[in-house]
Amino acid sequence: MVKPFTSLTGTVAPLDVDNVDTDAIIPKQFLKRTERTGYGQFLFYDWRFEDGEERQDFVLNEPRYKGSSILLGRKNFGCGSSREHAPWTLADYGFQVIIAPSFADIFYNNCFKNGMLPIVLSEDQINQLFQLVTTKSGYEVTVDLENQTVTDSHEFQAHFEVTPYRKRLLLKGLDEIGSTLEHQSKIDSFEDRHRIYYKLEHGSI
Amino acid sequence: MGKTLYDKIYDKHVVYSGEDQPSILYIDLHLIHEVTSPQAFEGLRLNNRHVRRPDLTVATMDHSIPTTDRSIPFRDDVAKKQVRTLEENCHDFGIRLFDLTSEHQGIVHVIAPELGITQPGQTIVCGDSHTSTHGAFGALAFGIGTSEVEHVLATQTLKQDKAKTLAINIEGELPKGTSAKDLILSLIGKLGHDFATGYVIEYRGEVIRHLTMEERMTVCNMSIEMGARAGLIQPDDVTFNYIKNKKYAPKDELWDDALIEWRSLYTDDDAVFDKTVDFDVSVVVPQVTWGTNPGQVAGITDVVPSIDSLPFDQRKAGEKSLQYMGVSSNTPFEEVKLDKVFIGSCTNSRIEDLRKAAKIVSGYKVADSVTALVVPGSQRVKRQAEEEGIDQIFIKAGFDWRESGCSMCLGMNEDIVLEGERCASTSNRNFEGRQGKGARTHLVSPEMAAAAAITGHFVDVRNWVTREREEVRSW
Repeated sequence: MVKPFTSLTGTVAPLDVDNVDTDAIIPKQFLKRTERTGYGQFLFYDWRFEDGEERQDFVLNEPRYKGSSILLGRKNFGCGSSREHAPWTLADYGFQVIIAPSFADIFYNNCFKNGMLPIVLSEDQINQLFQLVTTKSGYEVTVDLENQTVTDSHEFQAHFEVTPYRKRLLLKGLDEIGSTLEHQSKIDSFEDRHRIYYKLEHGSI
Repeated sequence: MGKTLYDKIYDKHVVYSGEDQPSILYIDLHLIHEVTSPQAFEGLRLNNRHVRRPDLTVATMDHSIPTTDRSIPFRDDVAKKQVRTLEENCHDFGIRLFDLTSEHQGIVHVIAPELGITQPGQTIVCGDSHTSTHGAFGALAFGIGTSEVEHVLATQTLKQDKAKTLAINIEGELPKGTSAKDLILSLIGKLGHDFATGYVIEYRGEVIRHLTMEERMTVCNMSIEMGARAGLIQPDDVTFNYIKNKKYAPKDELWDDALIEWRSLYTDDDAVFDKTVDFDVSVVVPQVTWGTNPGQVAGITDVVPSIDSLPFDQRKAGEKSLQYMGVSSNTPFEEVKLDKVFIGSCTNSRIEDLRKAAKIVSGYKVADSVTALVVPGSQRVKRQAEEEGIDQIFIKAGFDWRESGCSMCLGMNEDIVLEGERCASTSNRNFEGRQGKGARTHLVSPEMAAAAAITGHFVDVRNWVTREREEVRSW
């Protein structure tokens, strides 16, 4: 069941780095856990911490960005490994929205499964947001999924695209597996006519 | 209008196509491993759901397992629990598992092809981005997240919008001394790390037709490093000969039926791609990455780039990469010294890769300053190498000869590169911290990695003097 998302007003944290990969978001040593929760403490671990202490030169450690719920990023955000631990980690830390000029395919898709909204805006709009967030303390935006807009209380206003299906998925908090299982008879009849050319012995060896 | 190979495979797997949602696509083969599956099984249990087709689901353990002696118990309790969880899940849901005691265990993208389970025209998914490897067989294969792993377990389908199509025509002749790895690295270097986001690539042209299956797998494996959803190669006699007589390949009449179907898997002459790129490989030289994504790559004959020499929009990222990598601009690559060498991963750990590396290593010793290891992609690859005596070439030279697994490609087990150390690696990602916190990774071909292990720094493998294995000496 996807957690519903309708709108959000929150402070923005800027991460001015291209190609942020999922290895950076959640390093591999934390992927051995078998849970879905509790990853927020490990977010950007190698960038955030040095010998267990917070690094003062990392942007998310600046007091003014603590408690932000919207992350502003650069192009190709979430590239690399398919690990869904990446959106789990960002969400657990507190980010529900990520705004960037482009996202890697698997990461973008994974966000929607976890009640998170990745928003693509143009390079110009992103530059403008970076300008605003770094010059105005406590800079907030409102993200409205129904109307597909990102606005602040003054000058910034942007429209974003999202497919109708993904929009519905988040607004309603759909159970995707349940909705596919409604088509079970179609899967049955597909299997009757579809050929598979390998056959495994059953069970483990 | 004709259809592309991608269109044909996609269309053949549509179970339901409604206006209100992406098409429901049938999945022919679902590969699972210990890292991205436990939460999916947990979801099934919480919702009282079962695995629809355990017979189309194949499991192995590869990512977090040790590659040292299998008789030594796990030292990492968290990894041990993850492996045990996979065992329990496979047992409870009736899924075939190639575990650590199996003669077929190995990296998931190495074992499925060698067992003959990976076949043309299939849809294949796995909770691993390098699932693109299987596209070498003309199968539509891509990585998915854990929520989708759960969806496939429960329904044997996925909701998938159609991707755009990208044709990459590879022409010319791959020069002597260069490899499939150099081909794909130089292509990513030319096009960029995110060039193919949203696309399914079809690699086409004379060069591709002349590659072996293992070389094609190396190329398709790294499609994801251009952002592509998948990479495809039209199946041909090279493909069919590879599959024939594999353990789970169709036999007798079923083989004949399969072959008829597989021969229809090609892009029609009048099909139109959304985008087309031509790439001439005649000028490709052995490649070395210098930065922290696979698109930051250059030829061995080049120098580490200066910020000014990079395109304007890449300078900021380039500067950050160079700083992390601890290399100075304008340093010739041949002067870059190494601490570790890793030969392995789903990109380059198959028998042909090991043979090529062994040919370079034969008769030489690993440099004193270098720790080098070879991690075969599967138990089968390991056995075959041992039958051919390749293991002895590596061992005599001073390489560690390991059990199969993902190992130092992502360093989830004990095989890591230490902070500040520099590694020549045959894997697929040179991201910050990928091989260990503060580790500096340079991606290269197996031949280049082998030569670097001997000399202690990068060298142009085209000038390498091969020796007979009897006269082992230092460089």
